[in-house]
Amino acid sequence: MAQTIAEEKCSALVIGGSAGSLDVLLEIFPDLKSNLSFPIILVTHRKSGNDSLLTDLLKSRTHLIVNEAEEKQPILRGNVYITPGDYHLLIEEDITISLDYSEKVNYSRPSIDVTFQSAAEVFKDELVCILLSGSNADGVEGLKIVEKWGGRVIIQNPDTAIMPYMPQQALNEIKTALVLNSFEMAAFINKLNN
Amino acid sequence: MISEAIDNEQIDALLSDVLEVHGYDFLEYSHASIKRRITRLYTLDNFVSFAEFRYAVKSDKQYFKRFLEEITVNVTEMFRDPGFYRSLRHDVLPVLGTYPFIRIWVAGCSTGEEAYSLAILLKELNLLQKSLIYATDINPSVLEKAKKGMFPLNYLKGYSENYLASDGTKDFSSYYTANYSLAKFDESLSSKMIFSTHNLVSDHSFNEFQLILCRNVLIYFDKELQHKVFQLFDNSLEKLGYLALGSKESLDFWPKAKEYKRVKLEKIWRKL
Repeated sequence: MAQTIAEEKCSALVIGGSAGSLDVLLEIFPDLKSNLSFPIILVTHRKSGNDSLLTDLLKSRTHLIVNEAEEKQPILRGNVYITPGDYHLLIEEDITISLDYSEKVNYSRPSIDVTFQSAAEVFKDELVCILLSGSNADGVEGLKIVEKWGGRVIIQNPDTAIMPYMPQQALNEIKTALVLNSFEMAAFINKLNN
Repeated sequence: MISEAIDNEQIDALLSDVLEVHGYDFLEYSHASIKRRITRLYTLDNFVSFAEFRYAVKSDKQYFKRFLEEITVNVTEMFRDPGFYRSLRHDVLPVLGTYPFIRIWVAGCSTGEEAYSLAILLKELNLLQKSLIYATDINPSVLEKAKKGMFPLNYLKGYSENYLASDGTKDFSSYYTANYSLAKFDESLSSKMIFSTHNLVSDHSFNEFQLILCRNVLIYFDKELQHKVFQLFDNSLEKLGYLALGSKESLDFWPKAKEYKRVKLEKIWRKL
């Protein structure tokens, strides 16, 4: 299953996570190839004002270019874009970033649902989304849209997630999802290279 | 928030109607955001078809009022980004205080939280009596709320924390009186405000200011429209005046940006 999935084209990878996802990210990023042929967009719940912390942590652990996402910024391959605290991140048809300070969704801003949905409408079946550990259901509705547009859905194994609720909710809804443990994710992402 | 996808042609048709019938131009708004706002409203109001929705927007005046209110983002806070207000307090307003009269424009003021924050700063620096704050928005109904100066009481704890983090020195609760679920801000603050509709897309400069605040408005505009609005601000700003933007907005890619100098690390630029 993983093999056939990895053979399809990937134009963008979006990773969403909440409580308990930082450890997973710190496990994945050091093992990623530096020449990835697609961008990675990261949406995690955190308090605003702590923006640079995650950026700094990731920068010191990867050869990919790590950006704190800016509005109108072009989304480029081999780059990581971190959604700033207190903004939703949307993707424009011309593959640039729009930030949005509208109402919270699932009590969250950024909301994982918002970015998953927006990415699905732009990248369609060339999108891969990963949902990690977390203790609310943000991301699940967005993954349904990703699935509908033909994108691929990967969910962290709830049995090994620090907070199993979020991945479990997603798993209940997304029947085509591939379930991976955190230690399997870096290899999977590297294989998405076109 | 999830719904049947509306396609781009439908969005364009709707926005063309809005321009043609009502005179509001949203065609240069950044597409992903406006599409999301429209999809959200369409779902929220349970229209049976997009054609029904389009018809209501086009021909029902009352519904268009709602459309305008919901399509624009009216989320705001008092003393949002305390570091920004700290910089206003310590770096910008003391300079403006040397002028005999201070004119400030809060563009896209929404329900007024920023205008009231600014008035509090001016009051604490003893500058309010010689200041005038012009607070404008595209949307008449949010201005009605802004005029009243009443904000939901349950937000005040957060605002008070922001205020303290921005080097506020007073007891924040001395600026308002609690009335059931609302906090009514002191009328001495709003007495120095002028509220008026103004559309950044189509309206012209109407005065010269020493400080223009326009925060988290330009993120909804596409690049060309952003540049037009920067030109409008440039026409409305005195020499050595200040322009303040939202924490993720920047003047950097505007061709005339070199005629402006950034104030420290905040998103504040001074016209040279």
